[in-house]
Amino acid sequence: MSFNVLEPVKVALLVFVAAILQVTIFSQIDILGGYPDVVLLTLVAIALLRGSIYGAGAGFFAGLIVDTANLATLGVTSLLLTIAGYWIGRYGETTGRDRGHAPFVSVAVATILVQFGALILHYLLGDAVSAKAVLLDALPPKVALNLLLTLPVYALTRWFLGLARPVEAATEVRLLG
Amino acid sequence: MLLSLVLITVYFRESASGGLHGVQSTGATVLRPFEVGADRIAAPFRDTYGWFAGLIHAKSENARLRAQLDTLRAEAIQNANAAQQVDELRRQLKYVGLPRFPQDYNYVPTDVMSRSPSEFQQQVGIAAGSSSGIRVNDPVVTADGLVGKVSKVAGHSAQVTLLTDANLDVSAIDVHSQATGLVSHGEGPSTLTLDRVQKSQVLREGDTVVTQGWKVGPLSSLYPYGIPIGTVSGATNSEVDLYWNAQVAPFVHFDSLHSVLVLVPKRRNQP
Repeated sequence: MSFNVLEPVKVALLVFVAAILQVTIFSQIDILGGYPDVVLLTLVAIALLRGSIYGAGAGFFAGLIVDTANLATLGVTSLLLTIAGYWIGRYGETTGRDRGHAPFVSVAVATILVQFGALILHYLLGDAVSAKAVLLDALPPKVALNLLLTLPVYALTRWFLGLARPVEAATEVRLLG
Repeated sequence: MLLSLVLITVYFRESASGGLHGVQSTGATVLRPFEVGADRIAAPFRDTYGWFAGLIHAKSENARLRAQLDTLRAEAIQNANAAQQVDELRRQLKYVGLPRFPQDYNYVPTDVMSRSPSEFQQQVGIAAGSSSGIRVNDPVVTADGLVGKVSKVAGHSAQVTLLTDANLDVSAIDVHSQATGLVSHGEGPSTLTLDRVQKSQVLREGDTVVTQGWKVGPLSSLYPYGIPIGTVSGATNSEVDLYWNAQVAPFVHFDSLHSVLVLVPKRRNQP
């Protein structure tokens, strides 16, 4: 496997654009109390296509931009997205990458887990958070909107990254014994 | 992951003038042109959507607003006379009062550049900062009423915590009954509650709620008296409650903020 120098640059550019679009446009779209999270969608696509290292790195970078642009507590979004990126990357590397449903499953699970994680993290940091508002009011429409946008964002990411290197098939995990 | 934890710890523990805050402030300034660019690209699409969305409700809203206009026109004339009398009496008495809204404030009009992408903190980013004279805790309004207050300031941007944030309470007063209480976030998105109103006081549905603007010794409210907040949309009390349980429908549409005014006290610029 050869390393393409352009690839990290492309990933960084993709994440940067997604983060800027998220803080300026998508977070202001309110549909049934929720809004799409294109940063998470882009991160899922990158992690599935390029693996856990890229996923973790892109997650950290995306979180850093989002927190910087919003003047929020630095590191909070980075922590959540780093874990999400790594986990989805591992899923892609082992079984999920070449399965049609993988992006959808990853997006749904990542959206729910990131939301739960953020709730816990903000609670630990002493923010007054409402579990009802976060989990009952905002989460269902967010999952639905993210699932709606999964295919276009995944296709766009695949096209953008595919210019550098064709996607490798996942190494199947075989159970021994 | 470790780096994220280190960032959280250092950021959380250091003061607002700390190194990491400074780096973040510089980063926010660097990101600002990109945000401005994205916002300008999105503006035509957002305006088109807003135009069509507005059309749907325009007819029913028009009839309601015409009826409201007739009532308010009469009230406005009475209020203008009363305000003139109050000003005249203040001058005669050489009355020393708190800063008044809007006379004693300068406005810094600015665009809303970003919205915090989470349900955990109701905050927006604005495109003006300390270079425009903005400081932490400056009140933020729109033509409709109170939006919130400035919570963080960078050179050319600032963070505004909205009234719908769980960490923001504003002392408020019912202009009709003079009942006082605290306005804070409500149960649903873009809803507010009016709490700590004694049951001995009177609250009626439809009453207008504005900022109270109190002063006790050296302490004073961050908000001047009279910034509109909303109307009482429901108020109940029971035998077991110590206070009224009231909901307030805000005048400001927190979901569609595109530009705001930051109130900078005129006294700040005086020696």
